[in-house]
Amino acid sequence: MKNKIYSSFANAVKDIENNSTIMVGGFGLCGNPENLINAIYVKGIKNITLISNNCGTTKYGLGILLNNNQIRKIIASYVGENTTFENQFLSGDLEVELVPQGTLAEKIRSGGAGIPAFYTNAGVGTLVEDGGIPMKYNKNGQIIKSSIKKEYKIFSSIKYLMETTLKADVALIKAYKSDSFGNLVFRKSSRNFNSIMCSAAKNTIVEVEHIVDNIDPDEIHVSGIYVDRILEGKNYKKRIERLTTREKI
Amino acid sequence: MSLTREEMAQRAAKELKDGYIINLGIGMPTMVANYIPKNINVMLQSENGILGMGPFPYSGEEDPDLINAGKETITVLERASYFSSAESFSMIRNKYIDLAILGAMQVSGSADIANWLIPGKMVKGMGGGMDLVAGAKRIIVIMDHCTKSNKPKILNKCTLPLTGRNCVDLIITNLGVFKFKKEGGLHLIEIVENINIEYIKKYTECEFTIDNEIKKI
Repeated sequence: MKNKIYSSFANAVKDIENNSTIMVGGFGLCGNPENLINAIYVKGIKNITLISNNCGTTKYGLGILLNNNQIRKIIASYVGENTTFENQFLSGDLEVELVPQGTLAEKIRSGGAGIPAFYTNAGVGTLVEDGGIPMKYNKNGQIIKSSIKKEYKIFSSIKYLMETTLKADVALIKAYKSDSFGNLVFRKSSRNFNSIMCSAAKNTIVEVEHIVDNIDPDEIHVSGIYVDRILEGKNYKKRIERLTTREKI
Repeated sequence: MSLTREEMAQRAAKELKDGYIINLGIGMPTMVANYIPKNINVMLQSENGILGMGPFPYSGEEDPDLINAGKETITVLERASYFSSAESFSMIRNKYIDLAILGAMQVSGSADIANWLIPGKMVKGMGGGMDLVAGAKRIIVIMDHCTKSNKPKILNKCTLPLTGRNCVDLIITNLGVFKFKKEGGLHLIEIVENINIEYIKKYTECEFTIDNEIKKI
């Protein structure tokens, strides 16, 4: 059996080319593949089309790829935590495709399930249906590209929009543990987009906190069939975007 | 006197029923969790993949792998579960969420809601808002009655891009509570003590009906 375990993050991303479409797991900074994002940053891969729910913060997560001008286009549902993003978008350096979060998740899930398109009622009667969401600006801050009108179909008297699915060249995933085949277990809410991206990319690279000998098959969240490369990461920073606590009474 | 944010959240909490699965939006709606009646059991869903969310953690016990959709550190209660974003929105899309409480920039007299984009300002994205208004069984909007410059937010027609059409069931503002009637149209059902109906009419662009004897909040 092919050995999927890599010891070097640099080697694991060595063959990723410029102009790649890359899915990156996480919800904000929660469940980000920190070491893989850093390896992409160090290698300086350019013109990335990024598929991720968010784009990190100004300083952390995917934000470091933005700061380094490595991203050409991002497909996301919410990008409000990042001022670099705003500057690059409004100055025409970055193209953005905004997708309702559930639709984004299903575009990825169905992409990984071999389904080319599906229908959903999210966004009916909004700019998601009608088109006109700004996607790209020019240097003078004028909109030069907007989203286009979507096809629809009526099922049982309810209107649904057709959404095409997403696939990627590479998926960068963070899981909690893995065995040597790449069977994965996630931890708490860091599963988010990570689990569904595994099956939607040609090359799925997963970093975990622990590579273990055996995982109870009943416990596995994602089968190793979808996983191409596995790395054990060290010293996870796991930054918190909004630390909220209560006092002990 | 108009209601404070806490009082609006308290009023919204009265809409919760035993057994409800609830999704609370970011901001003021999150505060509703502080006023869940003691005699009922509800479960809070967070669209990043949690059912059974609890309060904020004690200081020092926060876990970066456990956050809500507002990216705040949280805890879970007994009987909680974790799942992927795709499954989370399957729950939402397929009507397993009994109630979503959301903020809004504008609501129209035909129950449209706008809460994601101001043209000319920075585009931030709709997040899960469009999915929620299209999928939850009941939608309550909790918002100030007027904008910061004292303009009505309940309008004949939303001027901002919509999040969803004909989907709002109840509006709770700092001045009163409105429901959308089954046959269409807005109906004022409760009013804040010492606020008169003429005042509400002045600051509500669209028409609404009123009971003969209106309840005080």
